[in-house]
Amino acid sequence: MGEAADQFFVNLLHRLVDHAPAGVAPILSSLLSVVAILAVFASLFAVTTILERKGLGRIQNRYGPNRVGPFGFLQPVADGIKSLTKEDIVPHSADRVVHYLAPLVLVFAAFSLYAVLPIGRNMVLADLDAGVLFFFAVSSVMGLTIFMAGWSSRNKYSLLGAMRAIAQMISYEVPLILVSVTVIMAAGSLSTVSIVEKQAGYIGVLPRWYVFTPWGFAGFVLFMIAATAESNRSPFDLPEGESEIVAGYYTEYSGFKFALFFLGEYLGLFAISGLGITLFLGGWAAPLSFLTWIPSYLWFFAKLLAMIALFIWVRGTLPRLRMDQLMNFAWKFMLPMALIDLVTAGVWHFLPQGALRWFVCGALVVVPYVLLSRWLMQGWKLEKRVYRFAE
Amino acid sequence: MLGEGIAKGLVETARNFFGSYVSKDRLTTVQFPEERLPSIEATRDFPFLVYDGDDWQPGMRCVACQICEKECPPKCIYIEKSKDKKPDAVGKPQFYPAVFNIDVSVCMSCQICVEVCPFEAIKMDTEFELSTDNRFSGLLWDKERLSKPNSYYREIHPTDAAMSDSLLAEEKAKVEAKAKAASEPKGSATISNQPQAAASSTS
Repeated sequence: MGEAADQFFVNLLHRLVDHAPAGVAPILSSLLSVVAILAVFASLFAVTTILERKGLGRIQNRYGPNRVGPFGFLQPVADGIKSLTKEDIVPHSADRVVHYLAPLVLVFAAFSLYAVLPIGRNMVLADLDAGVLFFFAVSSVMGLTIFMAGWSSRNKYSLLGAMRAIAQMISYEVPLILVSVTVIMAAGSLSTVSIVEKQAGYIGVLPRWYVFTPWGFAGFVLFMIAATAESNRSPFDLPEGESEIVAGYYTEYSGFKFALFFLGEYLGLFAISGLGITLFLGGWAAPLSFLTWIPSYLWFFAKLLAMIALFIWVRGTLPRLRMDQLMNFAWKFMLPMALIDLVTAGVWHFLPQGALRWFVCGALVVVPYVLLSRWLMQGWKLEKRVYRFAE
Repeated sequence: MLGEGIAKGLVETARNFFGSYVSKDRLTTVQFPEERLPSIEATRDFPFLVYDGDDWQPGMRCVACQICEKECPPKCIYIEKSKDKKPDAVGKPQFYPAVFNIDVSVCMSCQICVEVCPFEAIKMDTEFELSTDNRFSGLLWDKERLSKPNSYYREIHPTDAAMSDSLLAEEKAKVEAKAKAASEPKGSATISNQPQAAASSTS
């Protein structure tokens, strides 16, 4: 039963394509997969918006939206209708073509990321040999669309937001890719499918995910921080900081284009969470060996929802960083830690299995972390602030 | 150590999240249309016209003196005086408003009309759900819609209502005493006064 349920969608696709003529079959197969990805992740976006609003509400001791439909769960439908029927305003002096293209390219790029994510056993749209590289190449297009939006709007706030976004994305792309390289080193492959297969085995009942190694754990934490910054989410939401620069690069977008930006942003978040799952959390693999009878795609989506919950939790907890804090954190903490993590992964690979490996690699991660954080927090004295001129 | 404060914050928000499902005290939200907080006594939103008794037309306290119309800062009150007279709250024959309109959209709830009214005729209401689908006639309230009984006033502002009731009673006693004093010494001498006094006493 487990095998049949696990491969249900794969077999369904094969059966649908079998009846098509030989020349059309590959195209039809990809088209059906694309439609499935579009439908699943777009509806996940709708569910996430309402879950996020309700979750944030509960974190702040509120109810959250609870008026539309049972427990407010039809709120995304109402929001969708609202954004569809709103007037689409383009500023008079905006670059109309680029202004129009920016949200479209963003959504297009965000959806392309899912091509290389294995969401279940044998369930990947394109098993590229350089899957991780493809992912990072396409995700950098998202930074470009943000700058397109900010530049074409002809608005100071938009441009400021776009500049901030570019600065932030370039800064955090470096540690993001460096910690991904540790996994690529360990797995010996750039293909997302074979990275997951490397982690699918078990030691006893415990999984062999990379997060359960010293370098993998540190790498996962660094990856999550960098992913939060890459997807412009709180506490790294400076590009759209509404208390500072109105809405950043969104400022001149309204109606459905704004909704598309929102969609693109969330799709980017899911995709980068999916990459984190693929690299560190064993992709579609079950967490314990006796749970493998549950279909692999369910495990992937369970992990994805857990990651989304984590992102919402962090968003509800941390206030927004200042620009200099953001840059200091990226270059003085994230980058050195990512480099040390890279060395640790190499050391782990060449040491023989056993307690010594754990001790050495653990020390290699923890000692630099303690020293670095001590050094960074030197001279931090939290005391009552004295204003010289304001009083 | 770096990250300590973040961990503390995460614990706090997690406690809020789960606590909000367990204890109702955490959720301070009042789910408005279904649940309402009792309004405080000093609440004021929009003026209304007080009338005594059960019928709004004869019981109307307003005598169309137009002081409120003149004092109203945003000029939202419009009054037309009547041609004939009717007895007011204390029993004197007075004019009454043939037309008394207030524009809800212009009124700024300043309560100046209430302060200046010498007849205790206009008071502040606590009703605030005044939205309408007609922005012209739905927002221009006539005297029928503005009239509310004194019992309603006692209900929403008990202290103020008691004060205005005692003031009116005092006034009424004074007027009656005066009428008595006027009728007693030359009661039979002046016949012309007779019908007027009778009219005031029957009311």
